[in-house]
Amino acid sequence: MDSTKITTDVDSLRSEIRDKSVRVIDVRREDDYKQDHIPTAVNLPLAHLLSDDSPERVLKLVNSMGIDDETPVVVYDDTFGALASRVAWTLEYLGHSNVTLLETTYSNWKSIGLESDSVIPEIRNKEHSLKLQPDILATSDYLESAKTRDDVILIDNRERLNFLEQHIPGAISLPYRTLATTDKILRSKDDMKRLLENRGVTGDSEIITYCGSVGTLSGLAYYALKSVGLPNAKLYVRSFKEWKNLQKPTEKQEDASYWDLSAE
Amino acid sequence: MTISDLKQTAPDSVKSKINWARMEEADNFAKTVKLFRQGKYDEASFRRFRLQHGAYGTRMTGDYAMVRIKLPAGEIYPDQIEKISQLSEQYSIGSAHFSTRENIQLHWVILEDVSEIFRGLAEVGLTSREACGNSVRNVMCSPLSGVCPDEEFDSTPYALATARFFLRNPMAQNLPRKFKFNFTCCEKHGMVRMVDVGLIPQIREMDGSTQRGFKIFLGGGLGNKSFVGHQLEEFTPEEDLLYTSIAVMRIFDRLGDRKNLARNRMRYLVNDMGWEKFQNLVLKERAIVRATQSVITRLNVDHSPNEIKRPVRISDESGSDIIPDGYARWLKTNTVKQTQLDYRSVFLTLEAGDITASQLHALADIIRNFSSEGKGRSGFEQNIVLRYVHEDDLPRLYSKLLEVGLAKSGALTMTAPIGCSGTTSCNLALTNSHRLAKEIQRKFLELKLDEDVDLTDSSIKISGCPNSCGQHGIATIGFFGGGARVGKDMYANYQMLLGGRSDGDTMLGQICLRVPAKRVIPVILKIIETFKQNKKSNDTLKSWIHRIVNGNEDSTIKSIVDIKKILEPIIVPPTIDDDPDFYLDYGSDTSYHTKTGKGECAA
Repeated sequence: MDSTKITTDVDSLRSEIRDKSVRVIDVRREDDYKQDHIPTAVNLPLAHLLSDDSPERVLKLVNSMGIDDETPVVVYDDTFGALASRVAWTLEYLGHSNVTLLETTYSNWKSIGLESDSVIPEIRNKEHSLKLQPDILATSDYLESAKTRDDVILIDNRERLNFLEQHIPGAISLPYRTLATTDKILRSKDDMKRLLENRGVTGDSEIITYCGSVGTLSGLAYYALKSVGLPNAKLYVRSFKEWKNLQKPTEKQEDASYWDLSAE
Repeated sequence: MTISDLKQTAPDSVKSKINWARMEEADNFAKTVKLFRQGKYDEASFRRFRLQHGAYGTRMTGDYAMVRIKLPAGEIYPDQIEKISQLSEQYSIGSAHFSTRENIQLHWVILEDVSEIFRGLAEVGLTSREACGNSVRNVMCSPLSGVCPDEEFDSTPYALATARFFLRNPMAQNLPRKFKFNFTCCEKHGMVRMVDVGLIPQIREMDGSTQRGFKIFLGGGLGNKSFVGHQLEEFTPEEDLLYTSIAVMRIFDRLGDRKNLARNRMRYLVNDMGWEKFQNLVLKERAIVRATQSVITRLNVDHSPNEIKRPVRISDESGSDIIPDGYARWLKTNTVKQTQLDYRSVFLTLEAGDITASQLHALADIIRNFSSEGKGRSGFEQNIVLRYVHEDDLPRLYSKLLEVGLAKSGALTMTAPIGCSGTTSCNLALTNSHRLAKEIQRKFLELKLDEDVDLTDSSIKISGCPNSCGQHGIATIGFFGGGARVGKDMYANYQMLLGGRSDGDTMLGQICLRVPAKRVIPVILKIIETFKQNKKSNDTLKSWIHRIVNGNEDSTIKSIVDIKKILEPIIVPPTIDDDPDFYLDYGSDTSYHTKTGKGECAA
């Protein structure tokens, strides 16, 4: 597989579904899935995965979805690709390399009139191997030591106001909304490249992404980085919630009442 | 196949006829930021460059900028609103801010992302070029121009043509200081005497034929020191509009103070020179301009009429005639009848000009569905105006606005105060004027003061420092921020001015007294109470205060000093132990201290 292929476009997915050559994972809530979903998709609500995302348990889930080492997997959600990214990253961490994100959200898929149904497919269990990829994971301890190196870039993908209020020292702010376009979960490669280059996110630097709590928004950013071929990206999957709970140092923008500029 | 090919755009989306943008300016900006960060561009030249492109500095940091998007003549189209909604989520704080000069501001933008905003703006024909810096700032026009019952003709095409003429024009790239044009509809809707060049459309009868022209006011402006503009001549025919503008700018360019940054707006030049001398210079200069300009130097005024087409609805999704609560109040305090039969203009008040990305998104569709001209106008008061709304559509429009939190009443009353950005983002601010404006609006709507007709024509305007971005000088009740202390404990404190106005009787407010931030609301309420006790039968708060400040009042309250005496007991500071909250500014939970950085208005 083309290692820079991050998303699967709508047409390719439709033909892969027709060829029965793909496992589609819908990560929305079970009720939504039951109502309708992309044909042949199986359901793995993100909350269900996160209730225990130990490798052993995830392996069982993967097997039960009929995925082996060779099965191409496409993941989608209705949350601008962030939840799908978190699931895709988990599969990747487990050692499954052939996983991509649907280029758009389920709402968009439906709004342009593409097919959906409510059939729940019958799945035969498969056997997936376990080859953990620790290179794509950042833990708090790892982050703390990596931060001291010059060639490490730390990216905060939460919204700007949250960043101003509090963030991990040294992080740069790249809100998740920046990564998408109106109808795609990720910008085109050229647009993404230009955006990141302007922000100094280039070359061989090691790049670590984080967000609020469970690594969804930053999961999307992880794939954004990969989409322009940046080779060395890691997800701080426990993100700012854990960082704060561990009472590690944080930084804020002082002397300004920016919250009062918000109309929320 | 791409997804966008399959998506249908709304059939009735009107688009701007003028493209204000240049895509290459985005790339150029990105490159220049890189050079600056690499130290290849010195601080001062970079700042000038940045401001020329509409990116202003941010409070206490060099990492962020505010991008000020110009809306020439206040016009804004649905696709532009949608784009700004998206940009605010991507690069700003998920909200955008409508200014008092028909700009939309995106705050807390990372300097390196500014060029991405320029790209987005260029996609919908908008620019922030010359929105800051020593240039011709956004050319304003009354949001009611074209629909105002009191106007002689619509000045919008002239405002647009003036904006087009000066944007990127070499003669306007390095003025001594910023330069502002305000076009309006009529005296009442005002704002022409508080600006460098203010223009009211006039029609003159001559030898049996009618001639279009303007009443032009020069040398006014609000600031640390404010001045009221002077009328140049009885009537300036439309052919002379451009020549007059060029003449005034040439004089300013030549004689304006380029050294003393605090006194270099044109109003200081006019004041120092004396009006008559300045007036003569302008008239002479205009003769020279008229004689020497090439024939191709002219305003490109587009007189083609806007299409007025009531949006067609296939089905009425509401399916019922139930009018939601609050409709009558909203109709009374937010809408005005137009010259055009059966149409109204609807004012949307935003708390201190702030609007969320999702509200903007909804607004674009609301404009498509309810405005028969298919576009919106920004107003003078951090607000938005939807014009050409058919009377029959008003209840449904109200319901729609209610759904997205844009149906706040009192848009055309004193309950919609102006508050500059204050300490939320401005380097010069001493107080959180922005939040104070919001607090006043919330409280006054709760008290239903918007329904009190005595208060309708009054205004409250608040600046966070003496520099007048909140226009405190032309408010019925105006405030500008500062600090005060009891012993070593500081608190936010506002100077209050009374009796300012920007209509045909324009005058600046007179200083009354200093009011602690946390006493502003009780003080205003006390003024209203005193007014109610002393008013004459036809009085409004504005007319009553106007008599007092002009020494024409004969009741027990005769002067500002009398008002001051009544208010003094309210403003006495409590001890910090008795009332710790008194010592915190709005929106802050840490002890108050004044802290300012360098302003860039005069960079």
